[in-house]
Amino acid sequence: MTVAEINGWRFALVGTPNSGKTALFNALTGSRQKVANYAGVTVERKTGVLRTASGHRIDLVDLPGTYSLRGRSPDEEIARDVILGKLASEAPPDFLLCVADATNLRVALRLVIELKRVRRPMLLVLNMIDIARRRGIEIDLDRLSDELGVPVVTSTAVRRGGIDELLRRIDGIVATPAAAIAVSEWTTPAIADLRAAQREADRVIRAAVSEPAKPDTWTTRVDAVLLHPVWGMIALLLLLFVMFQAVFAWAQPAMELITAGFDALGAWSRTVLPEGLLQSFVQNGVISGVGSVLVFLPQIMILFLFILLLEDLGYMARAAFLMDRIMGGAGLHGRAFIPLLSSFACAIPGIMATRVIDNKRDRLTTIMVAPLMTCSARIPVYTLIIAAFVPDRPVLGVLGLQGLVMFGLYATGIVSALAVSFVANRFFWRESATPPFMLELPDYKLPQLRSVLMNLYQRAMAFLKRAGTTIFSMMVLIWFLASFPQPPAGATEPGIDFSLAAILGRWIEPLLAPVGFNWQISVALIPGMAAREVAVASLGTVYAIEGGKEAVDQIGHVLATKWSLATALAFLAWYVFAPQCASTLAVIKRETGGWRWMWITFFYMLALAYIAAFVTYRAALALGWG
Amino acid sequence: MSISTATMTGIDIGAAATTGGAPLGLARRGFRGRVSAIVVNGTHLGVSAAEIERRLLELGIVEGADVQVLHEGPIGRDPIAVRVNGTTIALRRREAMAVIMAVMVG
Repeated sequence: MTVAEINGWRFALVGTPNSGKTALFNALTGSRQKVANYAGVTVERKTGVLRTASGHRIDLVDLPGTYSLRGRSPDEEIARDVILGKLASEAPPDFLLCVADATNLRVALRLVIELKRVRRPMLLVLNMIDIARRRGIEIDLDRLSDELGVPVVTSTAVRRGGIDELLRRIDGIVATPAAAIAVSEWTTPAIADLRAAQREADRVIRAAVSEPAKPDTWTTRVDAVLLHPVWGMIALLLLLFVMFQAVFAWAQPAMELITAGFDALGAWSRTVLPEGLLQSFVQNGVISGVGSVLVFLPQIMILFLFILLLEDLGYMARAAFLMDRIMGGAGLHGRAFIPLLSSFACAIPGIMATRVIDNKRDRLTTIMVAPLMTCSARIPVYTLIIAAFVPDRPVLGVLGLQGLVMFGLYATGIVSALAVSFVANRFFWRESATPPFMLELPDYKLPQLRSVLMNLYQRAMAFLKRAGTTIFSMMVLIWFLASFPQPPAGATEPGIDFSLAAILGRWIEPLLAPVGFNWQISVALIPGMAAREVAVASLGTVYAIEGGKEAVDQIGHVLATKWSLATALAFLAWYVFAPQCASTLAVIKRETGGWRWMWITFFYMLALAYIAAFVTYRAALALGWG
Repeated sequence: MSISTATMTGIDIGAAATTGGAPLGLARRGFRGRVSAIVVNGTHLGVSAAEIERRLLELGIVEGADVQVLHEGPIGRDPIAVRVNGTTIALRRREAMAVIMAVMVG
């Protein structure tokens, strides 16, 4: 009896990017999927269970798309190590399902030729065969199979019944006892091997495939507009505007609903629980902690809906093509554009969206600078301070001074993000190579609703499960700092004055005095770590203002009397840079798979915030605004 | 179908004369040709010549492949999108300099 018969069969899906591998995986496994990470890396491990008609159970693993087994990125290394059985945590697959886009066989067949050297039993699945037929591409399956020496089957992941033939073949495979596993003959292909393999692939294609005289014109016609130097840019900007608008505006009602729901839940907990520690913990720790995680969900879902649709449509690679030179000037990858734009709404979905960048260092740079984009949580802080301190007077006749200051804060964020990535490329990454920009522009395909919704659900769950736990524990910690120790009986000052947060705030006050921050600001910054906009409420608390959100105007009035203009400007400068968002830090930790990049981001932003506030404060004092 | 390097459209003929073919990196939109050689000179921002050659080969850019320049990027006409035997590949002109072309007439 072989291993496969005892433990069930393990199949691996291998294929080039854009081969429709994931759609096929979804069609084969349905909802019986699990998404996790490979140990120690941030590469997603997608597995699913497939039951054949004869009742065999097959564990299917969807490997990251790869052009070869060379392993030039973490994703490709994982694909290689799983196939070669080098990963300690993974049993090697019993069988390889090699997926190829039937409309684009050249690169796929070269991979098949390379995979043959691994000497695992293999089946070549010609996916999207319906599209190939519609385009007049004729493939002689028997001839293809003979020339390659690999059995071939066709499939259409997106059509009902499109995978029946594949399922029958799989059933046939598992019905026969597994052959003894041969030893792999794979070695890293030399340049000459790559050439020879591509020539061989081209020879097989000439023998077995007849292409129509007129190639697909759909993609060509659409690209004539979407990749046009002028119209293409206009289309991209329009698309981004809609996307930005959607993340900002469409999410608003849902976010307000969530906030209102959790506020109501908090109020309800006040009525059922006796006043005291338990009530404070449930209301301010648990309920507002969970709420602060869930409130990001609508934005994340909308953003990912766009990203998944654009990715499946084949547009993402084209946006990268259009933006490559513009982003490249600052040392960023063309694909960094969408994540950075999303960060204007919130850095959390932006950082999660960096997964579209396949190169590790490009992705880390983008993650590092994403929190510098002015997110929507900074807006309440900016509006409060600007309204209280910047006079509402026209500049140059038409522009308002307040609007100009707001614009300046946004611009500072963008410019500093570009500057940081430029510096990071010059100094951090000196030894590691800049990857060349070379990618396939896949033919346009209509996204499959089922596949998109499934991926959307997986993204949402990933955020809720993993980021959620970290964010939630940080919220509880911040609640703890702001609540303990309890004020003595009969105290007239606000409770927070007696807390650890106040002790910490007073302790860091000397450090913040040079940038013009008083102890009240220092104290407010600690609960303000929960989220940027919380600082507004905390300032209200430390200045003993009652009345929650309606009191924002009042806070402004109080601040206008207690702060100098220099302090207010320094506070704004601080908020452009400061890493005042526990959720963002938690997501950075999760997405980079460790503490290291979280702390690097935290400290570089803190340093920039301090320097910016210091310079602003001193300059303002010199101008006599103290 | 005859092949000639002397009738390239929009390509610096001087460069073509010295290398025995013109680099794809200089080709303009509409250019059609067949890859005659892949010659990577020096390193590209820290990526070795051999690695660049491998990546070009892995995307199917190999001697004998038919190439057509379909699109040029909005800034400095860079990067370019080329059709290689039915697949569309985007690459920067800098890397495309390594792909030496012969032009197809007719």
